[in-house]
Amino acid sequence: MILYVLRRLLTSVPTLVAVLTLVFVIVRIVPGDPAMTILGDQATPAAVAELHARLGLNPPIWAQYLSFIAQSLQGDFGRSMVTGRTVLSEVAAVLPYTLDLAVAAVLVGTCIGIPAGVYAAVYRNRFIDFAVRILSLFGLSLPVFVSGIFLLLLLALHWRVFPVIGATDLSNPVDRVYKLVLPAITLGTVMGAYITRITRSTMLQVLREDYMRTARAKGVPWRRVVWGHGLRNASLPIVTIVGLYVGILIGNSVLTEIVFSRPGLGRIIVGALNQRDYTMLQGLMVIYCFLIVVVNLLTDLAYGLLDPRVREA
Amino acid sequence: MRWILRHPTASIGALLCLLVVAAAVGAPWLAPADPTEQSIVDQLAPPGGDFPLGADNFGRDVLSRLLWGARFSLLVSFLSVSCAMLVGGTVGLVAGYVGGRTDLFAMQVMDVLLSFPSLILGLIVVALVGPSLPTLVFAIALTTVAPFARVARAPVLSLRARPYVEAGRALGFSHARIVFVHILPNMIAEVLVMATLWMADAVRTEAALSFLGLGIKPPAPSWGSMLRDGFENILDAPWLSIFPGLAILILVLGLNLLGDGMRDATDPTLGGL
Repeated sequence: MILYVLRRLLTSVPTLVAVLTLVFVIVRIVPGDPAMTILGDQATPAAVAELHARLGLNPPIWAQYLSFIAQSLQGDFGRSMVTGRTVLSEVAAVLPYTLDLAVAAVLVGTCIGIPAGVYAAVYRNRFIDFAVRILSLFGLSLPVFVSGIFLLLLLALHWRVFPVIGATDLSNPVDRVYKLVLPAITLGTVMGAYITRITRSTMLQVLREDYMRTARAKGVPWRRVVWGHGLRNASLPIVTIVGLYVGILIGNSVLTEIVFSRPGLGRIIVGALNQRDYTMLQGLMVIYCFLIVVVNLLTDLAYGLLDPRVREA
Repeated sequence: MRWILRHPTASIGALLCLLVVAAAVGAPWLAPADPTEQSIVDQLAPPGGDFPLGADNFGRDVLSRLLWGARFSLLVSFLSVSCAMLVGGTVGLVAGYVGGRTDLFAMQVMDVLLSFPSLILGLIVVALVGPSLPTLVFAIALTTVAPFARVARAPVLSLRARPYVEAGRALGFSHARIVFVHILPNMIAEVLVMATLWMADAVRTEAALSFLGLGIKPPAPSWGSMLRDGFENILDAPWLSIFPGLAILILVLGLNLLGDGMRDATDPTLGGL
């Protein structure tokens, strides 16, 4: 087991370095001088030189690259050009809001997706299966910025059941949950649609397994066979595939936060875009990529931990 | 007709897509007004009268902008998916066919691309290079190249070992002939299905980028930027958000239904996976 963990850890290091290299290339490949873009055409040479020094653009490109990789791997993601604070501290300040949303959305998604997927698989090609498939496709097709705005129009502006602005006081648990409802439904619907489809297709494979037939033959009630034997065996692939969707979840969470004016990583990234805060953008991109690589690593490790066949492969 | 009855999802999807294509093609004749013509007195005019779907914050006709915007959505998504298909498909095909180290290296590079959250990657590329049609196409294509390469590679691995491919090799056919005549035609259905599904993704990404203010420059109409305008006036003019939102939903849903239905139709063994 330890060997498996070590091997998997080692393989993610080159991926991480390659990801960082790509970030570096993307940020440098922009035509023109970033200092001129930031300061405008009228900038004095002195101001440009000063900004070059602040952005760390003076050393040769390979030295910039090496120090960027070294710093990133040490957890130093740079400083915001605008506020002067470190990217990490800016992120840490709003992380609770984004985590609230992510956890709530995954909960909503699981509560919708698992039962819907299991029922659709069990009643395959019957009406309920057809309905679930169409509805999940509809959920997949609904961009969060569209569904979010529709929910706002209906529940916040028309019926006035929920607030328009999602900013909340973290120390007040009631307000915190209340403001989270609409964003969580918006993001949770998308997650639910993905989880439904994955659960359905995984369960369809599991239902064909011999152990399911054996369990039935032994006289285990059908419900227990499906929910106990079946779902338990399906849960591992489900978790793994959901882990692969973390990138989509991130993009959608950014959009959800913007629609509901919630503080969070989404607002930081859009703010950095508007202020042309390149160092902030670079740092955020690195953090997001770290997150994805780590999630992929964790799902792989979980898989190996629970399924001995994976370790030996 | 029988095909339509047997594949209701694909048919409904095709119908929705045709609707949008018709809007895009017919925009010059169907649109009641110039999509960029501003009129101060008609600012935020509600639906009805001269403005069937209302007017926006510059007094521009929403219906006309929606019709012209269909062109932009289709153009950007079609171009970006074509680019991704060409590049990703080639990478996957070559990697799968050649195998060995080339395969390993190519897939490693694709894995790196997959480690980027796609919207964030698109966002940053457009923000750095500056919004324009080529940038949007490039950014969206960049986010779909990697999954395309993976989808193209998988069938090549199994097709490569088929007896008829081995026969071709034994007969001394060139690699190019084997790839183009024996392998490519057998995977085209699969790739086209994925292309349809990713076009739905591309439409959504374009709309998302425009919604965040990174689309083409105004006053050119795009559904995402219309939704952005609507969102800014959500208290006074809800129709400004509703109609572009519905338009995006129709196209994305249509493409997803079409792709999903086509997958069921082309591969009965999947059973609607």
